[in-house]
Amino acid sequence: MVLVILGLIAYTTTKNAWPWFKAEGFGVLEDNWNPAKGQFGAGAMIYGTFLVGLIALVISVPVSIGIALFVTEVAPRRARKPIIYAVDLLAAIPSVVYGLWAFAALRQPLADVYSSISSATSGIPLVKELTSDPSPTGLSFMTAGIIVAIMITPIITSLTREVFATTPEPLKEAAYGLGSTRWEMIRGSVFPHSRGGVVSAVMIGLGRAIGETIAVALLIGSSQAISAHLFGPGDTLASIIANQFGESTGEYRAALIGMGVILLVLTVAVGMLARGVVTRYDKRMGAAG
Amino acid sequence: MTAIGSTLTGPSRLTPGPHSRSRRVRNLLATVLIGLAFLVAMVPLLFLVIYVVQQGSKAFSWAFLTTNPPFSDRLPGGGMEPAVVGTIVITGAAALMAIPLGVLGGIYLNEYGGKNPLARTVRFLAEVMTGVPSIVMGLFIYTLVVINTGERTGFAGALALASLMLPIVIRVTDQMLLLVPRELREGSYALGSRRARTIRTVVLPKAAPGIVSGALLAVARAAGETAPVLFTIGIVSEPNWNVFKGQNTTLSQQIFLNATSPFAPAQDRAWASALTLILIVFVVTILARLVTAFFSRRQGA
Repeated sequence: MVLVILGLIAYTTTKNAWPWFKAEGFGVLEDNWNPAKGQFGAGAMIYGTFLVGLIALVISVPVSIGIALFVTEVAPRRARKPIIYAVDLLAAIPSVVYGLWAFAALRQPLADVYSSISSATSGIPLVKELTSDPSPTGLSFMTAGIIVAIMITPIITSLTREVFATTPEPLKEAAYGLGSTRWEMIRGSVFPHSRGGVVSAVMIGLGRAIGETIAVALLIGSSQAISAHLFGPGDTLASIIANQFGESTGEYRAALIGMGVILLVLTVAVGMLARGVVTRYDKRMGAAG
Repeated sequence: MTAIGSTLTGPSRLTPGPHSRSRRVRNLLATVLIGLAFLVAMVPLLFLVIYVVQQGSKAFSWAFLTTNPPFSDRLPGGGMEPAVVGTIVITGAAALMAIPLGVLGGIYLNEYGGKNPLARTVRFLAEVMTGVPSIVMGLFIYTLVVINTGERTGFAGALALASLMLPIVIRVTDQMLLLVPRELREGSYALGSRRARTIRTVVLPKAAPGIVSGALLAVARAAGETAPVLFTIGIVSEPNWNVFKGQNTTLSQQIFLNATSPFAPAQDRAWASALTLILIVFVVTILARLVTAFFSRRQGA
């Protein structure tokens, strides 16, 4: 059943996107999106997808690892379950509600923050490239990235937490026995043991981040060009499909479905990579033990 | 265990291995950062819930759940009955399709497939499928069903949601069955039961709480999804209880459409819809927790 569905997904979407792939060839990867002129290059959207994913990971990974450590090593045993429930509640809130909330409550404050960061850094050569031209509405790569970060934190947290929890007690006791502080124990025992699992948790988080649609569609500001300005508007594969599908016809629609195919391929590739990392580390750990 | 307790009196002979000042500071700093990470994650949760309740309660009432929206976005009042109905029937139909199939799939994987190549492949693909973005599921059903039948229905949306839930249910079932102790199965075999009977009378009841709560979580997730229904169900302004016929609408779709509306009444309706949706999702989530808690207590006794 699963086999059939996955096969069907790949087949019917590719079939309907075929006119686009055939018409554009490698042009599908170009940075020219202009439906009015019949140009349908998805380069900017692929770039935007990865940029939003990257921003989300940079914010979410340290926080998730922190929460996971808090739950497994620091918090009192009794407080653990409520903490886990609370973090899981973050995952229960629908994407569209995050989008609505950020659109109404966060957008304007963030726009102010962006413009002050932008003017404060306007003299610094490289940083300037990233921070110039802040969007006055607050709709930007950064806003979308922040919200996606909140949304992927629960999944990364729960995966890393499970890995941290498998650190053998003797390894930890040994570190304490050598006179380590708790932090030194974490660095010396927990992290080396968990490296593979954490990397794969991050990859799974990335997979979720690049597929995130509705919140991003509301927050990214729809601008189809490759730009280094983090505080400016952009678009991702998923968000452009959600925003423009209704008004599309013919090759335009085929192009949007084709971007769905690219997105599918990307997420499957990221997912397989995540699994590959786990198997590799499992083998190494097995050999070492 | 650590020397934090001795910071005021300096290195004490009583604590083993007095740590140097820099090590103590670093340990304290790390602990604070770790605690802070948790707080950082909780802040948006609190703000979001408070904000949604505040904004949502403006237009939320019993009438909101039982009347149709006004014919224009500019008009105040009116409700979201069509969307409430749509959310219930579409998610329900999706659950009816995905849960039995998923549970059967999971039973096959763990009880019959075990580690044979087919089961391994299916397990792997189910994992991959969990990662497929929901908008791709929407496109898939659009290209498979909507283009071929030429109409958008609640059922098409339900199919998209079901394909989203199926891999989750399969994996949960598979994992829960794996946790059933081998001794239980062997006891049943020893009493002369065949495999099918063992599964029905021994294994499934033992794994049921986990499977039910996993399935409920999948339902909660599906109820809040927007992307899969965006192109598949169309839109209506009157309640449509028939999943198979005519277009439909859901709360999530209404939120998405009204979120960027320039008119205050439409925004109020979006907020009240968000409140309704969150309530539905939380109720189902809490139900899942209760099921787990209830059964684990009974089995413990």
